Amino acid sequence: MIRIECPILGPRPETEFVYGGDATVKRPDMSERDPDAWLDYVFHRDNPRGIHKEYWQHIQARHWLVVERDTLTHEVIQASLAREYQS
Amino acid sequence: MTRLPSGGRIDRTAHLKVTFDGRMLPAFQGDTLASAMLAEGVCVVGRSFKYHRPRGVFSAGVEEPGAMVHLRHGDRREPNVRATVTEAFDGLVATGQNAWPDVRFDIGAVSNVLSPFLSAGFYYKTFIGPLKDSTKFWMLCETFIRKAAGMGRGSYLSDPDRYEKRTLFCDVLVVGGGAAGLSAALAAGRAGADVVLVEQDTALGGAILSDPVGGASDKWLTAVRAELEALSNVRILTRTTAIGAYDGDTFALIERVSDHLAVPEAHEVRQTYWQVHAPNCVMATGALERPLVFGGNDKPGVMLAGALRTYLHRYAVVPGQKIILATNNDSPYQTAIDLAGIGASVTVVDLRAQVADDLIARLQEAGVALRLGQGVVQATGWQTIKAAKIAPVDENGRANGAPTKIPADLIAISGGWAPVVHLWSQRFGRPVYSSDGDVFVAPDDPNCPIQPAGLSAAAASIEGVIAQGFDKGQAAAAASGATSPTGKAPESFETGAFWQANHARQWAILTASGKPKGKAFVDFQHDVKLSDIDQAHLEGYISVEHLKRYSTLGMATDQGKTSNINALSRLADLRSRPMAEVGTTTFRPPFTPVAMGAMVGHEHGRHFRPTRLTPIHHWHVEQNAELTEAGAWMRPWYYPKAGEDLQQAYIREAAHVRTHVGMIDVSTLGKIAVQGPDAAEFLNRIYVNGWKTLAIGRLRYGVMLREDGFVMDDGATARLGENDYFMSTTTANAAKVLSKMEFLLQTAWRDLRVHVTSVTDQWAAIAVAGPNARSLLSDVSDADLSKDALPNNHFTQARIDGVDVRIHRMSYSGELAYEVYVPAGYGQHVWQVIHDAGPPHNLLPYGTESMGALRIEKGHVAGPEIEGRTTLKDLGLEGFASSKKPFVGSVLRKRPVLEDPARPILVGLEIEGKTGAKPGALLFAETGKTEGHGEGWVSSTTYSPALGRYIAMGLLKNGAQRNGELVRIVDFVGDLTLTAKVVSHHFFDPEGVRQNG
Repeated sequence: MIRIECPILGPRPETEFVYGGDATVKRPDMSERDPDAWLDYVFHRDNPRGIHKEYWQHIQARHWLVVERDTLTHEVIQASLAREYQS
Repeated sequence: MTRLPSGGRIDRTAHLKVTFDGRMLPAFQGDTLASAMLAEGVCVVGRSFKYHRPRGVFSAGVEEPGAMVHLRHGDRREPNVRATVTEAFDGLVATGQNAWPDVRFDIGAVSNVLSPFLSAGFYYKTFIGPLKDSTKFWMLCETFIRKAAGMGRGSYLSDPDRYEKRTLFCDVLVVGGGAAGLSAALAAGRAGADVVLVEQDTALGGAILSDPVGGASDKWLTAVRAELEALSNVRILTRTTAIGAYDGDTFALIERVSDHLAVPEAHEVRQTYWQVHAPNCVMATGALERPLVFGGNDKPGVMLAGALRTYLHRYAVVPGQKIILATNNDSPYQTAIDLAGIGASVTVVDLRAQVADDLIARLQEAGVALRLGQGVVQATGWQTIKAAKIAPVDENGRANGAPTKIPADLIAISGGWAPVVHLWSQRFGRPVYSSDGDVFVAPDDPNCPIQPAGLSAAAASIEGVIAQGFDKGQAAAAASGATSPTGKAPESFETGAFWQANHARQWAILTASGKPKGKAFVDFQHDVKLSDIDQAHLEGYISVEHLKRYSTLGMATDQGKTSNINALSRLADLRSRPMAEVGTTTFRPPFTPVAMGAMVGHEHGRHFRPTRLTPIHHWHVEQNAELTEAGAWMRPWYYPKAGEDLQQAYIREAAHVRTHVGMIDVSTLGKIAVQGPDAAEFLNRIYVNGWKTLAIGRLRYGVMLREDGFVMDDGATARLGENDYFMSTTTANAAKVLSKMEFLLQTAWRDLRVHVTSVTDQWAAIAVAGPNARSLLSDVSDADLSKDALPNNHFTQARIDGVDVRIHRMSYSGELAYEVYVPAGYGQHVWQVIHDAGPPHNLLPYGTESMGALRIEKGHVAGPEIEGRTTLKDLGLEGFASSKKPFVGSVLRKRPVLEDPARPILVGLEIEGKTGAKPGALLFAETGKTEGHGEGWVSSTTYSPALGRYIAMGLLKNGAQRNGELVRIVDFVGDLTLTAKVVSHHFFDPEGVRQNG
């Protein structure tokens, strides 16, 4: 059971969240017309061993988090509000 | 009778009725099923997995590989129950398993004779390979093999008992209530930490419970237990097993609340699944004894030496008169002395050539015979032990002299001890080998949240066990900030050498040729012999993981608790490599078998997931509507009249809507408030069509794509005010759409001043459709619903019987139609008011089945078409896409593969004949072979009362060019072929005259 230290709610079990994918990819600007940029954003993912950034959403409170997690140990290093996150 | 006249930790005043295979076993409170069996002289308890060899009680604990039974009967029958951990209760009924007609006369034992053909990898070699179509043959054979080889049989009846799941937070979790765990809990408790101490046994004490009653260890236990019980910050859970250690410092415990009773008490659960969050854990899980391996070491009458000690002191049972204690270490010596003390004839056969002088002296004083440098080469007898063949052995365990046969009825064996490191290993991987004691232990790491203590850390003496437990408990408490003074550790009750100090490495007793005499078992539950490991090695299986899977060693319900270390040791010898290099397999949860019911808890049947009910649900139920599930929702499916089936009812309801008026509960639609100064810009990005021109008071149909360019959802959004929009989504996608919008607003589009809020549960929604819809709603509301005042795609505020509502004019059925949005609390009232006003307008309620028929007639797409693989173009919705602005998916929807003109696109199908099609049926050309995946598929299908025939929607390759062509609809599952004409999917009123009227 992964536990996520939510900046608003404190430590909460993973069952209260849904996983939302890779947080290291940056959505292209709306004006971007190059399909490659969108293909990168939608499909291309690294599979790192070690610290990774992921989006998780708290199901009840509705906020999205950027969670830094070690893919090797499942240790959650840090969780920040996505809307305040500076990448 | 082998029960001693006195002694033991049993209550001789409490007589229990226990039966095994119909035989009465007099038992006392405090007995286990195994101790009751041994007390009554039951030798054969079960039959082995593969060879159906008779097996008896081998251990006194969770590691038991042989004494497994069916416990209870009927809907409470449980298979593969270990007799050694089954507490005796009044009315206990157990039966033998994996044997016919019973465990003593088992026909299946013929496979023992065939055993040369049943060695490692036998199934694979025989049934996969040379034969043509061997997979089929293997599957046929497997059916019989599974029947012959095997375990107990489960009940097919539903479990009558209840289980619960509970959550617990603590500072320090101490697993194991022996000397180390008790000391750890005491230190952590004195320090002021919030402590949970779990013990799988019925009482605290661990190995102390196998010591003589009233001795020094008992006094120690009594004092420590009393202090722990007085500490309010220490919670003690007995009959509770820590089965798993998981990420985030989470542990799973199974508490057997009622398993010691015939049935749980009223309103009590059978078991509790505890989820414990503990940042610090002291793992004081002790050690399991390793068997010695020699010919016939699996026979009833061979048992672990530590188990014999337990039966002697805890249950006052000695299941033999002529006892051989075979060992490679000091640990059984005290037991030998204790047995001699109650008059048994005891011989110690020790593989070591030398042992400490004081041990020899104490044996001699007690009258125990001692044979040094010798080993049991073979146990003889079939269902009981008759004798042991004993020979002098060299330092590799090979006989180097003639064997002598000495009569025996019980052979107790000890090959040393293996620390129980399962919980640590479940989380942190492979334990490391320590040649000091020949054991695998968790590596020393003071920062690890799971700290082994005592025997699980291979402590060298009882003083060490207590000191280490106390230290680890104190450190765990300190790590969670509890630092009150802890005083001194309780003084040890025993001094001097301990089990592992003089352990010798040899554990297999072989003939001079290096082979065992007869069948020598390593894994007793899965019938893996020493020769099977040799053979696997010979065939190249040199990795421990491969050895395990090829030979099935360690894969039975006991998970190799008595076999793993011996097997690894053999592999190391065969490879001439040190143990450290060969390594061990990892452990996975659960530590011991768990009832499925405990995993499930309350989450089954209706409680598997929540059921969502609309605000009008109870009206539907009162009207005897047939209900259907739509995701978590219950919706009215149809409202049958007397004698009607689904088909008759939906056709009647759909026809009624087209001629008069119907009402349907559409409260399940997703409803989202989209609010803020940038709401129009946000909608412009989310939907494919444009939103900046939508005026207040109007609404518009919209389509959304996923990022990859496929269609995600559709629905209507109304503009309620300057910065206030009301979005509706499909029932199925409401949560997905909301989450996606929140994601974009909180990540990539943080600059947009927009807030989205689910208001699905705040609003009831009632669709009123049909030619009489306007007159009906005009009767009940104060709104002007005339064509000019409220054209299609407009809404108005209104009041119905004093309730403020909003009436949207929009149509899903293709008829003149309105949706009435009502605050949820008034939903059923307003529904009732409209329904009561219905008779002059010929109003009927209709359900989701006729709603589906109406929308298919009209050619509207729904879930079966918006299924994640279809594009705007595929669904004929491309006209909605704006070319003036980017939107989610606008670039990737133009990928060449999605623009391929040969992609199947949406068509209508007019079916010939009086039979409808099945969704999922494949489309093929009118002539030719019907092979492969066809040229498309049927998505939605219905009988159309308006057209008087069966129709369907489907996706067909080159569909746009095939209007008027005949195709075949082939249902391979139902073996039915139909013919249909390709038409526009706008079957009915394509110009929309009716809905705009």
